[in-house]
Amino acid sequence: MREIRCEEITETVARLCIEANYYLGDDVLKALRQARDAEVSPVGREVLDQILENADVAREEEMPLCQDTGLTVVFLEVGQDAHIVGGDLYEAIQEGVRRGYKEGYLRKSVVEKPFSARINTRDNTPAVVHIQIVPGDRLKIAVVPKGGGSENMSALAMLKPADGRQGVVDFVVETVKKAGANPCPPTIVGVGVGGTVEKTMWLAKHSLLREVGQPSPDPEVAELERDILEQVNKLGIGPQGLGGGTTSLAVHVETYPCHIASLPVAVNIQCHSARHKETVL
Amino acid sequence: MNITTPLTDDIIEQLHAGDGVTITGTIYVGRDAAHKRMIEALDKGEPLPFDPQGQIIYYMGPSPAKPGKPIGSAGPTTSYRMDPYAPRLMEVGLKGMIGKGNRSTPVREAMQKHKAVYFASTGGAAALIAKSIKEAEVIAYEDLGAEALLRLRVKDMPAIVVNDIYGGDAYEEGQKRYKKV
Repeated sequence: MREIRCEEITETVARLCIEANYYLGDDVLKALRQARDAEVSPVGREVLDQILENADVAREEEMPLCQDTGLTVVFLEVGQDAHIVGGDLYEAIQEGVRRGYKEGYLRKSVVEKPFSARINTRDNTPAVVHIQIVPGDRLKIAVVPKGGGSENMSALAMLKPADGRQGVVDFVVETVKKAGANPCPPTIVGVGVGGTVEKTMWLAKHSLLREVGQPSPDPEVAELERDILEQVNKLGIGPQGLGGGTTSLAVHVETYPCHIASLPVAVNIQCHSARHKETVL
Repeated sequence: MNITTPLTDDIIEQLHAGDGVTITGTIYVGRDAAHKRMIEALDKGEPLPFDPQGQIIYYMGPSPAKPGKPIGSAGPTTSYRMDPYAPRLMEVGLKGMIGKGNRSTPVREAMQKHKAVYFASTGGAAALIAKSIKEAEVIAYEDLGAEALLRLRVKDMPAIVVNDIYGGDAYEEGQKRYKKV
C-alpha cells in the first residue's frame, strides 16, 4: 500500500494556499482577456483592464490578488489504496492552511462563535474540507480560497419537478440579477442541479474547480450552461456592476440524480478572482 | 477629477454619478466590526476614534503588510453590510464612503440629506489599489485584526462616483444602458 506522509500534505496545502492567492490561473486570465476584447461598455473595459493589471501586479510583487484571501475550502480525492501516515489527515490540512496564511501574508478572515462573539481565529482555520474516496493510490488536493462577498450572494431552491429546465434557468438568472454589483462581477456561476439539499450545494461549489469556461462533458448540461450564460449576460450588470455585456465569464453546472419529488438547484457565485489550485500526490 | 480630503460641500456638489476620480489625502478604514463599535460608542455618547467631519471611510480589511510595505492588498469590501450604520455616521459629519456594490434606499436618502458621496473602487483589484496607499496606521480596535480601524495616506487612489447628492446611481444608470431583457 502506498504511503503518503501528513507532513507532505501540510506542505502542499500551504503552498497551494499561497499560489492560489498570488497567481491568477491561465484559464481565468484567458477568459478575462476575451471578455475585455468583447466588452461593449467603455467603463466595463476599463474595469477589466484594471483586473488584468492587478493580476500582473500580484504576480510580480508576490502579494494577494484580493485582500479577501478567503475561507479556505479544500477538496480531497483520496485513493482507497493510499495510506495516510504520520498524523491526522484533517489536522495536517488545517496546519497547511495555518502555515500558508502566515508565511504568505494572507488575511485571516475566519471568526468563531458566528452568531455571537465572532472572534477571529487568527490563523484562518478551520478550513472547510470535503473528502471523496476514489479508486487508486493517489491523493488529489484542490484548494479554493473563497471570498465572502461572492459567497454571500449564493442561493438554494427546492423547485417542483414541474418547474423543469426553465425553472432552473430562471432561478439561476434571478439569483445573479439580485446579486447585482455585490459579488464582484464578472463572476463565474457555479450551479448544482439534483441530489439532496446538501449535495446540490456541494455540486455548485465543486463546479468551481473546473477550468473557467470549460464546458460540461455532458452535451445536454453544456447546452444549459450556454443558455444560462447568454441570459445572464443580457442582464446588463457588467464588470463591477457598472453596466456592460460581461456579467459572468462562465456558468458551470454539475448534476446528480434526485428524488422523484424534488428538483434542487444551488447557485454558488465566484468572483472574478477565481482562485483554485490543485495537485496530485 | 482629482479630489483632496477632507471633502467640502463645494467638492461634493461637483461630483456626479459615473464620474471617475482620484483621491489624495487622509482617509479612514473600517468595516463590519469597526462600524458596530463606532455606533456603540455614539450610542453611549462617547467620541469616535477620529473626527468624522468631512472625512471619507473606506470599507476595507487589508491583507497583512509584507516587510517594508505600508500595507498588504487593499481592495474594497461589499458595502451593503455597512448600510445599517452609515446614516448615523453621516449625521455626525462623514462625507464620503468607498466600497463596492449597491446601497440601501435609507443610505442613499441620507447621502442627499447630509451631502455625502459614495464611491466604488474596483473589487478584486487589491494589489493595484495598494500602490496608491503610502502610509497606514492602526488608530483603534487593534484586537479586531483585519477589521481594525486604520488611517491611510493615499495618493491618486482611483474610484468612481456611484451615488451623488442629486440622487444619481452609476449602477442603475450603467446597467439600464446595457440591459437586453
